[in-house]
Amino acid sequence: MKALRSLPLLATSLVFLVLYAAASILYPGFFAAQVFINLLGDNAFLGVSALGMTLVILAGGIDLSVGAVVAFTTVFIATGVGRGMHPVVAIGAAIAIATLLGTIMGWLIQKFELPAFLVTLGGMFFARGMAFVVNRESVAIAHPFWQKAADFAVPIGSSASVPATALVFVLTLGAMIVIAHRTRFGRNIYAVGGSLGSARLMGLPVAATQIAVYALSGACSGLAGVVSTLYTSSGDPARATGLELDAIASVVIGGTLLTGGVGSPAGTLMGVLIFGTLQSALVFDGRLNSWWLRIAMGGLLLIFVLLQRSLTRGSTLEK
Amino acid sequence: MSSTATRSASSRTGSLLWPILGLAALLAGNWIFSPGFFHLEMRDGHVYGTLIDILNQGAKVMLLSLGMTLVIATGGVDLSVGSVMAIAGAVAASAVSRGLMPFGLVVAMSLALSALAGLMNGCLVVYARLQPIIATLILMVAGRGAAMLITDGQILTFENPAFVFLGNGHFLALPFTITLVVLALALTGWAMRRTALGLFLESIGDNERAARFCGVETSRVKLFVYAFSGACAGLAGLVAASNIKAADSSRVGEMLELDAILAVVVGGTTLTGGRFSLIGSILGALIIQTLTTTLYNLGLPPAVAPVPKAIVILAVCLLQSPQFRESMSWKSSQPKASG
Repeated sequence: MKALRSLPLLATSLVFLVLYAAASILYPGFFAAQVFINLLGDNAFLGVSALGMTLVILAGGIDLSVGAVVAFTTVFIATGVGRGMHPVVAIGAAIAIATLLGTIMGWLIQKFELPAFLVTLGGMFFARGMAFVVNRESVAIAHPFWQKAADFAVPIGSSASVPATALVFVLTLGAMIVIAHRTRFGRNIYAVGGSLGSARLMGLPVAATQIAVYALSGACSGLAGVVSTLYTSSGDPARATGLELDAIASVVIGGTLLTGGVGSPAGTLMGVLIFGTLQSALVFDGRLNSWWLRIAMGGLLLIFVLLQRSLTRGSTLEK
Repeated sequence: MSSTATRSASSRTGSLLWPILGLAALLAGNWIFSPGFFHLEMRDGHVYGTLIDILNQGAKVMLLSLGMTLVIATGGVDLSVGSVMAIAGAVAASAVSRGLMPFGLVVAMSLALSALAGLMNGCLVVYARLQPIIATLILMVAGRGAAMLITDGQILTFENPAFVFLGNGHFLALPFTITLVVLALALTGWAMRRTALGLFLESIGDNERAARFCGVETSRVKLFVYAFSGACAGLAGLVAASNIKAADSSRVGEMLELDAILAVVVGGTTLTGGRFSLIGSILGALIIQTLTTTLYNLGLPPAVAPVPKAIVILAVCLLQSPQFRESMSWKSSQPKASG
């Protein structure tokens, strides 16, 4: 069973390597350290929110609010800094608000056994609307501290450097891997997602776990908003529309089952990298249009869910 | 899911009560606070007024919600309707602009293609046994890309009078879209309540295995509802394209799948499947549209409109939750043990 379960992750990693190798052969200059690092940096806000989504899906839920929460965070920070708030305070407050929203959604879902799909849909509408309440237009950030943070990069060798956005993504990934595989809380998530009834009978803190995953996903969305603000040095209430779907697609391509209980944050990294490679290849090519990205993602999604289905047919037939 | 049985039993009495009350409250609020809301006038033989606007602008979500109701009744959900709208609009607009075939054939072709797209969803749900959310997510992601491929990423405009009439014309002094909705509702309602189809849907939503043992052809029924939802989305896509006399593949129908799901849920059909109400879903769509129009009238910027929508979702969720009803009622004050 263990081998079966790591097969999707292996398959995803293989797809990523093949895609990257193909792009390297087709497009000169694609096989460079900086291009690879930019895959992480350019897709960091997708990656960070997808990592939060991974925990929610592992616990058997879903979170549709991430894109709207990212938009709210960017516009909150940009407007706050514009009105004289120190960037660090603005970032802290934004992440706190995002976490609070996640906690409230988790509480509603857990306490009243409401469908996660609808509650987080409500959260999405709420956060999107509040983003426009904060500011109806896109705002640029001009603050010396912010400039420094946005330009911050760790040089690797002589030709490449890791931007701050990529660093945040990698650190979040590390934290999520530790949480999922090395903590009691992580084991509880897998147990709750695998079988809610069994987890309850085992005396695991089901309620706290369910609420905590939504709170963490909210925090991740807030952090993704910070990354997005760093990346563009601006806030925009209309940003990241549909981000939740890209995030869910990345999680699923990364081998996490939507029924919960099976998957890993490392898989999500692969899903995000595949998304990023396709996107960069389109940019390098220049002839293909952006809609091919959507078609390719849809095709990959189809292949991966069918693969997962054939692997797990025996064990989840009863669902 | 074990609570479904008790819930549907309790909501059997007056499942339409809440949506009707909600709509009535909204209309009453408008009657008091915004004079002119109920004002109708005849101009050039057409009726104009806010109420007519609500019906006209809500038509797309009403059409979507018909198909969505049937899908949700079987315990599924269809996220792809927005993308299917884009495909139908793109196909029809490019066919019309080439002028190769009569408009009737263009409509038939677009609807057939949309139904086929829906059927693909159905195949993934029935034969690959994917969860409906995922099966339809695939088409949602890829479908919009396909629509942009058809229009080559451009906004394709058209002048064809028959196509323009679909979303802007008048029939019996009312916008033609109202006739479309009434016809679609009547046809669907007839098929559901005058044949056994509706019963089959509810039995699948309540307990699929039991339905199969009773001899219901669950596979075929499920394939049908997804294809039907696709066709409804196609019709809504034609109306949306006609409204703006153009196929805008990247924007049309964006987020409309969520409005359609919301309309169904507000109308009293629960996401777990089983009992459904087509009239309820139409009322749900009207509530959403009336709320949006009311907010515009009150001078709230359109971008802020999602906030009240969120409140409606939360209220409906809580009203449908047996746990919430329990904790609100005086008789049983102890909360259910959980965790």
